[in-house]
Amino acid sequence: MKVVKTGVAGTMESSDIMITVCKSDKNGIDIKLESSVEKQFGKQIKAVIEASANRLQLKDAKIIAIDKGALDCVIKARVETAIYRACESTDYRWGEQ
Amino acid sequence: MMDEKLRRTMMFVPGNNPGMVKDAYIYNSDSIMFDLEDSVSIAEKDAARALIYYALTSFDYGDKELVVRVNDPATEVGIADLEAMVRAGVHVIRLPKTEKAEDVVFCEQQIERIEKEIGKEVGVTKMMAAIESAEGVLNAREIALASKRLIGIALGAEDYVTDMKTNRSPDGIELLFARSMILHAARAAGIAAIDTVYSDVNNEEGLIHEATLIKQLGFDGKSVINPRQIKPIIKIYTPTEKEIQKSLAIMEAIKEANAKGSGVIALNGKMIDKPIVLRAKRVLKLAKAAKVLE
Repeated sequence: MKVVKTGVAGTMESSDIMITVCKSDKNGIDIKLESSVEKQFGKQIKAVIEASANRLQLKDAKIIAIDKGALDCVIKARVETAIYRACESTDYRWGEQ
Repeated sequence: MMDEKLRRTMMFVPGNNPGMVKDAYIYNSDSIMFDLEDSVSIAEKDAARALIYYALTSFDYGDKELVVRVNDPATEVGIADLEAMVRAGVHVIRLPKTEKAEDVVFCEQQIERIEKEIGKEVGVTKMMAAIESAEGVLNAREIALASKRLIGIALGAEDYVTDMKTNRSPDGIELLFARSMILHAARAAGIAAIDTVYSDVNNEEGLIHEATLIKQLGFDGKSVINPRQIKPIIKIYTPTEKEIQKSLAIMEAIKEANAKGSGVIALNGKMIDKPIVLRAKRVLKLAKAAKVLE
């Protein structure tokens, strides 16, 4: 999927994560993470974000994440919603690898 | 056949709130109802849908019944909700603002189509219908009989009283007809009847008053909008010690009569017939669920 505009999903509330997906002039997926638990879980959070982006075959994008203690399933939901919004797509691919 | 599951409380959880979605299992409600409809703004429908999809496919909610209130299946948003929730393996799809049997049939057709597409056993996704208008109340019987997937029908009083040009009162006289219709429709169809929410979360006395009334009418349980409302309702649905002892004695008398091969069953000189046995069984089930009987 290709980014056509900036897509945002999630909130700054506790247990949530705010994801912004925007165009990038670089190749690949560039993830910037801000989290109060970055030291302990930064790697894991980035891995979940990357896996979600790969699952939806997102191309060349910048993903900015501000984490407020979100669990993996919340991260997946917010990343995918932000990607669909950024790509202006409603072709939801539930459960497909 | 009558579904035997207890539904004393069905807790509403706003579908786009990760904190509440995550914590929903810790409260003692029999069912959890994740809401994609009225508690989610139009702009956030996609986000809530994704959140509930991943919650249902990731969290272990134990033995709780998991219900999702979808948007009107006659809309694109509603269809997208069904596509995601059936795939996520939700137990029950709650249909909002059901007016006629055709609404249930249409939703069922969509669920069946999705089940077939993903190779799921047809019929495994259950349904319940919320009745929230004069038209819906008058059609309650046809609605309750519209699909074998239906496990229950529920009253949604806020929209209903608006439709009736009235408002809710402490004694709920304005809901008496709707409650009675929905109960009769549910019982005739052999499914559950769930009462509406009590919106004033700070008024426990009012909640107890209303829950006592609806239990006496015969409702299986009540929708709750705050975890604080669960305990008082469960207490109302918990049998008294006297009721438990009487029910145990009835079950013991049946056991003895069966052992003797006796067709007529009596307890303290009174004949025990089928309705008495059914009531005793329900009392014991409620007592066990409330952990006042092992």
